[in-house]
Amino acid sequence: MRELAKVHPYIPNSDGSIIDQMLSEIGAHSIEDLFKDIPHSIRSKADLQIPQGMSELETKKHLERLLAKNSSTHDLLSFLGAGVWPHHVPAAIDAIVSRGEFLTSYTPYQPEISQGMLQAMFEYQSLISELTQMDYANSSLYDWSTALGEAARMASRATGRSEFIVTKYIQPERLATLQVFCEPVGIKLIEVAQDARTGFVDLADLGRKLSSNTAGVYLEYPSFLGFVEKAASEIGSMVHKAGGLFVVGSEPISLGILKPPGQFEADIVVGEGQPLGNHMNYGGPLLGIFACRGEPLLRQMPGRIIGKTATQDGKQVAYCMALQTREQHIRREKATSNICTNEALLALAASMYLSLLGPKGITDLCATILDRTRYAVDRIDRIRGVVAPRFDAFHFMEFVINFDKTGKNVSEINAALLKAGIQGGLDLSKWFPELGQSALYCFTEIHSHQDIQMLADKLQQILET
Amino acid sequence: MNELVYAQARWDEPPIIELSQAGKIGFHQLSTAETTRAALETIPQQLRRARPPSLPEISEIEVVRHYTRLSQENFGVDLGIYPLGSCTMKYNPKICDAIAASHKIQDLHPYQDQKTAQGILQILYEASDLLAKIVGMDKITLQPAAGAHGEYTGVLLMRAYHRDSGGQDRNEVIVPDSAHGTNPASAAMAGYKVVEVPSNANGCVDTEALKNAVGPRTVGLMITNPNTLGIFEREIVEIAEIVHDAGGLVYYDGANLNAIMGKAKPGDMGFDIVHINLHKTFATPHGGGGPGAGPVGVTKRLADYLPVPTVEFDGTKYYLDYNKPKTIGKVRAFHGSAAVVLRAYTYILLNGKEGLATAAEVAVLNANYMAQKLRKIKGFSLPFAEGVPRKHEFVLSTSTLTKETGVTALQVGKRLLDFGIHSPTVYFPMIVEEALMTEPTETVSKLELDAMINGFAKISEEAYAQSDQPRTSPHATSVSRVDEAKANRPRTIQLTWRTEKPEASR
Repeated sequence: MRELAKVHPYIPNSDGSIIDQMLSEIGAHSIEDLFKDIPHSIRSKADLQIPQGMSELETKKHLERLLAKNSSTHDLLSFLGAGVWPHHVPAAIDAIVSRGEFLTSYTPYQPEISQGMLQAMFEYQSLISELTQMDYANSSLYDWSTALGEAARMASRATGRSEFIVTKYIQPERLATLQVFCEPVGIKLIEVAQDARTGFVDLADLGRKLSSNTAGVYLEYPSFLGFVEKAASEIGSMVHKAGGLFVVGSEPISLGILKPPGQFEADIVVGEGQPLGNHMNYGGPLLGIFACRGEPLLRQMPGRIIGKTATQDGKQVAYCMALQTREQHIRREKATSNICTNEALLALAASMYLSLLGPKGITDLCATILDRTRYAVDRIDRIRGVVAPRFDAFHFMEFVINFDKTGKNVSEINAALLKAGIQGGLDLSKWFPELGQSALYCFTEIHSHQDIQMLADKLQQILET
Repeated sequence: MNELVYAQARWDEPPIIELSQAGKIGFHQLSTAETTRAALETIPQQLRRARPPSLPEISEIEVVRHYTRLSQENFGVDLGIYPLGSCTMKYNPKICDAIAASHKIQDLHPYQDQKTAQGILQILYEASDLLAKIVGMDKITLQPAAGAHGEYTGVLLMRAYHRDSGGQDRNEVIVPDSAHGTNPASAAMAGYKVVEVPSNANGCVDTEALKNAVGPRTVGLMITNPNTLGIFEREIVEIAEIVHDAGGLVYYDGANLNAIMGKAKPGDMGFDIVHINLHKTFATPHGGGGPGAGPVGVTKRLADYLPVPTVEFDGTKYYLDYNKPKTIGKVRAFHGSAAVVLRAYTYILLNGKEGLATAAEVAVLNANYMAQKLRKIKGFSLPFAEGVPRKHEFVLSTSTLTKETGVTALQVGKRLLDFGIHSPTVYFPMIVEEALMTEPTETVSKLELDAMINGFAKISEEAYAQSDQPRTSPHATSVSRVDEAKANRPRTIQLTWRTEKPEASR
């Protein structure tokens, strides 16, 4: 047999004597015997052209050296949001999601031995349906963008129609993902205008675009650019009148104080669960929220759903996967989606987060975010040539700052801010050139008034020199 | 030795909402009542939520206890053997999690200036390179969030390729009858028709049937190798040629990659596209269902179609490249599951070429050891391909046991739970009657393998002695056999606590 290089800490049977014993018990001469069915032409080229392994200590040092080249929100004062948002993650959450019983478990195919995760997912579904005021939530999709893709496909399946209307100021990467989910099955995306001054949906334009082909209309609430649509109810009614579904995309914390989509006739709600107790992690993994209204839509829902039931003897409450006939492992090509692996651990963190906050905590958090948003508007709008917010509307957590009259562009401004240890807002000039030199800024509970004042002072300094 | 004793915690923990008591909070409040009131008053009336959501009112310690108790009612690799076939539930080295707990990854924003993210970009770049070398592909995208997401990405790549080369009428994706359910589902998501080809007596793709199935409509073939029976498709080169000759592409479902690292590369078998489940082969924790990550590798002729951005290096700096005119677009927002890729990268560095090859070798040894021992136990058999070694997994059938004693594969799996052993994957692949698809992985010891073999032997004895044990199991888990029918019946289905149906409870 090939002499194994070394006994390996993760491979208990890597010691030669154990291997020899096992081989002899099954009548094999060598490990190579077990690979003899691989054709020589393939086998001969199989040597891995990668480095030799390193010890745990060496690996740790190497990784720490690499990671040290990153500047996190601890190192930089950052005002980026735009789909992934900086929040404080309570320490209790990291402690629980690191527990091996949760962390190293698989999809709960055997419910009797997986009740912990199943119950946590049932709780997650309940908390999300409460927050959104929708009837049902699944136990997670990959992220907001893929949840939106699934929502458009579900709207098309449920209505038998093939046009999906999206608003102009949708998060562009979300739009790009939506296209990838829609185009192959012939769903056509149609853009509806938003008012240049307020950002509100142009209802006349929406009226023109709705038709008997409309599968659904998608509204981001709050919008990607932070303003909050005031006519969500009217939009819902218009969509329903046309026989389509109303799909709403939300950042979930905002629903602690904003009228929830379930109360303005949303049929499907999607969103990004990262801010609910999950770290930004350079944009992944994320947590796709997906909720819907009514049983006919429930049957069309993608992804895993957990149900509460009992044991067969009727003596204990128990949980298990429900409505599995929608899923690929049963239904194969007729499934509602191909999703299998989801984001359960992040959903667990979200459940913990919403439970820790409670009704008072989420209200308090939202009020704090509003306070920071307003404080930032107040400090920044007074800088000469700067318009903040760019849109005349109520904003939550994020708003657009326009620099057109300062004579500087966003990329210059951000470069100067970075020199001062500040990561400025997201440059919108490539995605939305009609907004001129504009940037999307995000303010959450992690930003103190002093932090915001520091940003304002620095901006003033940059713009007035 | 090998005493089979297990008792999972039984907390009878109520849903967390039932622990709620008005007035409690588990969160350090940030603002004064005054600030809160002032802030809330700025919300226009028609946008304001009428009353706060009915979330639990509960203190931090109670939340921690609740979820710690739930964790004790959950089984993971850290607790014991978890031989779910095709899931590769191997040990997840703790150092990978420790590194990923750094704020230098957790608190990075995907849109931050790339100058301030050179470390993670380098990690993503190098991880792509290592993965490409392991599977023998030219270029990798790290974006897909999971295996199935990688499959969808792969099918879209095939679609883009055919559109560019005059094959827009191609609309059939071929999958073997033993394929993972995600393969046909992914093909269907791209609007394609699924054509199934049967397996032959050796459990491998019937090449004659494949020749009949391919044609001018063929988009490509999706196949995993070793297949779900754990058998290496030794005609894979011919299979790839048949598909290529018909103008189709060949897709490798990487769920079963653990068997062949350092032994065979999909690129050398003729594959054009490969997805890799980092949460399987590269040991990132599966978190009770996710997160995972499903990077996709392709050969040169498909590289231009990959999703944007890819991570590149210009000799001095690492950067995100969005400039790909032929790209299929984006399969998700941002750049991929960086924290998962970081763990997989760490795992690859720890193991290196020798360690990964050893992992494959011992995974295969463990599977064959178990298969050979189990098939000798009364009532069990190892259908298909007599004498052919299995790879990382094998499919045991309980059909004899079932015929002779009435004890089914499902019941065998349930009874194993009583011994602190997770059940294999049951009733898959569908071409095996009473199937137990079993994948021990390289991270179980011989002691554990022997304990599991003893468990099967004991169940066989119980079954032939007409003991009630297998039929009434499990007993040692936090709940006894779950009524899954009730969870689906329209009258009793309950998917949130907001729809509590009093007449249906208990």
